[in-house]
Amino acid sequence: MPTVTLTVNERAHTTDVESRTLLVELLRDLLGLTGTHVGCDTSQCGACTVLVDGRSVKSCTTLAVDVAGSAVTTIEGLAANGKLHPMQAAFKEHHGLQCGYCTPGMVMSALDLAGRNADPSEAEVREWLEGNLCRCTGYHNIVKAVQEGARAMGGAS
Amino acid sequence: MSETGIGAALRRKEDARFLTGTGTFTDDISRPGQLYAHIVRSPYAHAKITAIDTTEAAAAPGVAAVLTGKDMAADGVNPLPCGWQIHSRDGSPMAEPGHPALAVDTVRHVGDRVAVVVAETRHQAREAGALVEVTYEALPAAASITAALADGAPLVHEDVPGNLCFDWEIGDAAAVDEAFAEAAHVVELDLVNQRLIPNAIEPRAAIGEYDAASDMTTLYTTSQNPHLIRLLLGAFVMGLPEHKLRVVAPDVGGGFGSKIFHYPEEVIVTWAARRLGRPVKWTATRSESFQSDAHGRDHVTHGELALAEDGTFLGLRVSTKANLGAYLSTFGSAVPTYLYGTLFAGCYKTPAIYGNVKAVFTHTVPVDAYRGAGRPEAAFMLERLVDLAARKLSMSPVVIRRRNFIEAFPYATPVALEYDAGDYHATLDMALQLADYDGFEARREEARGRGKLRGIGLSTFVEACGIAPSAVAGALGARAGLYESGQIRVHPTGSVTVYTGTHSHGQGHETTFAQLVSEHLGVDVDAVDVVHGDSAKSSFGMGTYGSRSLAVGGNAIYMAMQKVIEKGRKIAAHLMEASPDDVEFERGVFRVAGTDKEKTLGEVALTAYVPHDYPEDLEPGLDETAFYDPKNFTFPAGAHVVEVEVDPETGTVELVNVSCADDVGTVVNPMIVDGQMHGGLAQGIGQALLERAVYDDSGQLVTGSYMNYTMPRAADLPSFTLGTHVTECTHNPLGVKGVGEVGSIGVPPAVINAVVDALAHLGVTHVEMPATPEKVWRTIRDAQA
Repeated sequence: MPTVTLTVNERAHTTDVESRTLLVELLRDLLGLTGTHVGCDTSQCGACTVLVDGRSVKSCTTLAVDVAGSAVTTIEGLAANGKLHPMQAAFKEHHGLQCGYCTPGMVMSALDLAGRNADPSEAEVREWLEGNLCRCTGYHNIVKAVQEGARAMGGAS
Repeated sequence: MSETGIGAALRRKEDARFLTGTGTFTDDISRPGQLYAHIVRSPYAHAKITAIDTTEAAAAPGVAAVLTGKDMAADGVNPLPCGWQIHSRDGSPMAEPGHPALAVDTVRHVGDRVAVVVAETRHQAREAGALVEVTYEALPAAASITAALADGAPLVHEDVPGNLCFDWEIGDAAAVDEAFAEAAHVVELDLVNQRLIPNAIEPRAAIGEYDAASDMTTLYTTSQNPHLIRLLLGAFVMGLPEHKLRVVAPDVGGGFGSKIFHYPEEVIVTWAARRLGRPVKWTATRSESFQSDAHGRDHVTHGELALAEDGTFLGLRVSTKANLGAYLSTFGSAVPTYLYGTLFAGCYKTPAIYGNVKAVFTHTVPVDAYRGAGRPEAAFMLERLVDLAARKLSMSPVVIRRRNFIEAFPYATPVALEYDAGDYHATLDMALQLADYDGFEARREEARGRGKLRGIGLSTFVEACGIAPSAVAGALGARAGLYESGQIRVHPTGSVTVYTGTHSHGQGHETTFAQLVSEHLGVDVDAVDVVHGDSAKSSFGMGTYGSRSLAVGGNAIYMAMQKVIEKGRKIAAHLMEASPDDVEFERGVFRVAGTDKEKTLGEVALTAYVPHDYPEDLEPGLDETAFYDPKNFTFPAGAHVVEVEVDPETGTVELVNVSCADDVGTVVNPMIVDGQMHGGLAQGIGQALLERAVYDDSGQLVTGSYMNYTMPRAADLPSFTLGTHVTECTHNPLGVKGVGEVGSIGVPPAVINAVVDALAHLGVTHVEMPATPEKVWRTIRDAQA
């Protein structure tokens, strides 16, 4: 059984996994980080999106052994000292979530965009989110939240 | 208006947990000693099960049990019941074949449940599932309405001849015949309201658990109505008394109707957990969701509208065939009947209406309520006919609607409803203004210069929400009451817990209901918690669907607050040595009228729990429950205007403007109301342009994943322009109507009317949904041929 050492939300973990164990299974089942969700089995919905070394990836189609040595950030790793991250705050301020199920993936994906583009246009946000499905919001307020969150981050990641 | 009361765009109380990954969805829950279930499903639409060999699967690593439908039947587990009995026009009750949670000898749709493997891990259960050897004798399938109604069609249920569940009617056929005989004009249309798959992003999940010490069974499930599931699972399916059965629906990741119903998997995990004495968890894969969540819509309809010379509507005749799928789902029979035919009047004074609905079993996944549930089908049929009529009479689509609007309320329709309030001209005025309707022709001309075909379409519509007055629903065949409970527990220091039987799965009840308390009891929203989703906590409830939570549940909470105020008034009067009749209550303070004597709600609450100096004849405590049974449905209404540009080279439809003016009654939180509108619009646009569930003739679901079922994505949709015009509901104390379904009801016909408008110069009169690029391109090509 392979052993994987990685950093999740700035904490180091060394865990035995099966070679087929997916990153999302490592996060949810082994580390108890249930904020990352699974919404499909074809890598389409993006609910499982996390950051691996700063880049958004779908953790439902990433093998745990492939992220050995990487730094993973999940939705649980964003708020600090009881204060929401600017992107989280923007989602709350602009009502960018309803049921909350796709939300972690949306926020993590948005962070990747914000790191690349500090002031994305509406069209750029809509294009970027093609890998994340939301059934509740019609995306209207998610788009506003991502734009506002990216601006609030000012190019930081 | 206070900053946190009715009308405030308060940011949501529930957001913090969802934004930090600390929500608790069913699949996030793990119970001690939990096993995992894998459901073995039929790959055939129709087959006899001739043998099931579980030997190899049972011997696989980690497997605790492999169970089949025969095991379940032997344990006395009953089939799932249907919640609404429809009678055919000849008076006979609908055919009601059983729906066993695990098939016994026949499978009736791809995805039907054949066996369950329970193992120590999810992987072990799935792998052992592949070792269950089921021998099938494949049979011909009837996978569509047409196939199921054909002569000699394969029967879905041997005891249901012709696959006909019921043949229902509403309205006055003779009066309609007379109207058509006198009509100057008749327009008619054949249309398909296609099958949709709801696709909440959280797949369904369930955990069954049994505690022998307390003889208590608990089901955690992704449900919109835990109390109803407890009633159905306990009283009908498993014979468990309600005090020994707890159903918890924790955070639920979207429902849109699909999580209303009692599902076989809820029975399977509960039964398996009781048999094995350990918790059993099941979580659907998305593929399983496609094959087992109830689907929506699926009507084939012929509609006819009779008009006078001046465009006045004289009569409407509708004939619909509705697909129920393979089994009757919980409310499957109510959707194409009382949630559909009762809306045929729309917002028009059509004096004579008749509808007939034939409901058909097919070898497909059961069909039940999906956002709007019957009302989108009614609105689409009616608003397409109205547009056709306008074109035939060379009238403006605005003028023909205005000529026929209901203007005086209350208004009794010819199809069983009485509308209490509305102002259809006002919402139409607002929508036309938001859309700059008058400036459209210039935009059409400008687009033509760019080689684009621009069209504009509108719909004006009514829906019936706030289901339902129990006596009315009961008379129409509902097997449950449809009231709601609300409990206000004022704690000794004045904070409040609200218990509701509705369920929030995205609607923001924790915020909206706290705003009601802020408004009416003057308690800070941060001092209010809303509890829902647990049959052990809220006394009873009928859950959330049909835009009922605020209209029914909110009014129950309001009534419980009135009881709190009444009791508090007596306590305050005692403390202030006044008569209760002289004590007024406003914004959290009891005051003796005309004096400066006052007691806060907190002081009164403390006195209620520390009753040292207390009225003699009054019970201690400040904790009140109310059950609210609505007097009528509520009738939200609106006008939606959609502007599109069609690329004639590719058939692509671009939405360039979606402007909506809606009357949803009193608005508690405008931010949340707008959010509900956005989501409904996205699903309505999804139906109009993108989504369609496809079965092939053998009953295989061709659109079984996100690879081939087209969900609306961010780039498919525009930003929306919204307006609100309020007429208050006259028969509930909050004046609220409901907003959850408005978008999905109103917008599909507006989109298609716009597409038809863009192509009308080619002679196009109708385009079926979804108006995909291929379909539009073919329509243009055929029109030009």
